[in-house]
Amino acid sequence: MLKGRSLLEPLDFSVEEMETLFSAADRIIDAPDGYADVCRGKILATLFYEPSTRTRFSFEAAMLRLGGQVIGFSEPGSSSVAKGESIADTMRTVACYADLAVIRHPKEGAPRVAALSTGMPVINAGDGGHQHPTQTLTDLLTIRRERGRFENLTIGLCGDLKFGRTVHSLIKALSRYGGIRFVLISPEELMIPDYVRKEVLQKGAAAFDEVRKLQDVMPELDALYMTRVQKERFFNEEDYIRLKDSYILDAEKMRLARPDMMVLHPLPRVNEIAVEVDADPRAVYFKQAKNGMYVRMALIMALLGLERTAEGL
Amino acid sequence: MVVIDSIANGIVIDHIRAGYGMKVLEYLNIDTDSNTVALIMNAVSEKHGRKDVVKLENVTDLDLTALGLVDHNATVNVIEDHIIVRKIKLSLPEKVTNVFRCKNPRCVTSAESGIPHIFHLADAEAEEYRCEYCDEIVKAEDL
Repeated sequence: MLKGRSLLEPLDFSVEEMETLFSAADRIIDAPDGYADVCRGKILATLFYEPSTRTRFSFEAAMLRLGGQVIGFSEPGSSSVAKGESIADTMRTVACYADLAVIRHPKEGAPRVAALSTGMPVINAGDGGHQHPTQTLTDLLTIRRERGRFENLTIGLCGDLKFGRTVHSLIKALSRYGGIRFVLISPEELMIPDYVRKEVLQKGAAAFDEVRKLQDVMPELDALYMTRVQKERFFNEEDYIRLKDSYILDAEKMRLARPDMMVLHPLPRVNEIAVEVDADPRAVYFKQAKNGMYVRMALIMALLGLERTAEGL
Repeated sequence: MVVIDSIANGIVIDHIRAGYGMKVLEYLNIDTDSNTVALIMNAVSEKHGRKDVVKLENVTDLDLTALGLVDHNATVNVIEDHIIVRKIKLSLPEKVTNVFRCKNPRCVTSAESGIPHIFHLADAEAEEYRCEYCDEIVKAEDL
């Protein structure tokens, strides 16, 4: 039962609970019109302390498509945050008006502070370089719909694995399935953080390799998860400039991959995937963005305890 | 040879790693104005070569959480009427609240005031702790 719960990190929900969300998302994709009134009278608050296009639009579109309404801010300058209000106080106030809240914040752990401040369900929409659990729901739904399973897959994760919060969340979530092997492709400076390596990879059942060259491992992969080197995570611009073009996926590298390997990307993309790859049927990143809205619709319904209404339609 | 009187009632913290005695006093937050406190530094130890020892007269109620973090190999003896009535074995605490701050500049605790600073024991063997909020892993000795 997910009613009233928060989603702060990818392991907050069990494998079974995730499965109910994916099944609900599948049903929404099959008949979206049947869900147009499920959240009538409900309000979603979106608190974006950091810029976002996809995640914010995706949440707002999800709520609007469920017949609910949305309040919030898309940058902290237009709210009381600019006056120095704490996260806790902002949340206590928002809880007076909304039924659930989505928060993105540059500080790691901010959504946990938000959730502890109120009894309202809180969804982490990305906290610094830490976690991004609804992107993980999006990624998993895409893998499930494209491949039909999570078990026994070799997943390549490429680019900024240090600050790439979507990567940390995806590794955590996928580690719970059997026969998973991760191939971690990054420059030395952007390798996976210690807490992911020690608490997830070394303790879990998943096998993992850390490599430097993308082309060497392309033929082994069932899925390749590309990431952007994020300028906003660096304190030193020199380091960013040195590392930003470490990996670029192009048609030539795609020729090395299996005919059924899927390419995922949380987006936005800068230049790490050449535009020529978009036409390749194995590139599923725009489909992935659409899946993100559907799985967020399923999540909103579940946290508000409205699954039954939807299933009854 | 330095001679310091034994205490009648109180606590003796023995086998503190040499050089850590002051840190132990600091984290125990003992009021040295109103309590009789003896700090012996660099005493000879058969086991450890050198050690620090802290003696606290008439102090019996101590929160040892922080002490386990500073030096969990130290031994704590509770003295009553000149006799050791209890030996307490220290260990690394499972959870530490408001003793240290997270050093990750991206952690929410660096920006939001009024929230508790919480660490969980992540790996007892490696003596590592994990921040409740940002998951940063830190060595106990670096806290």
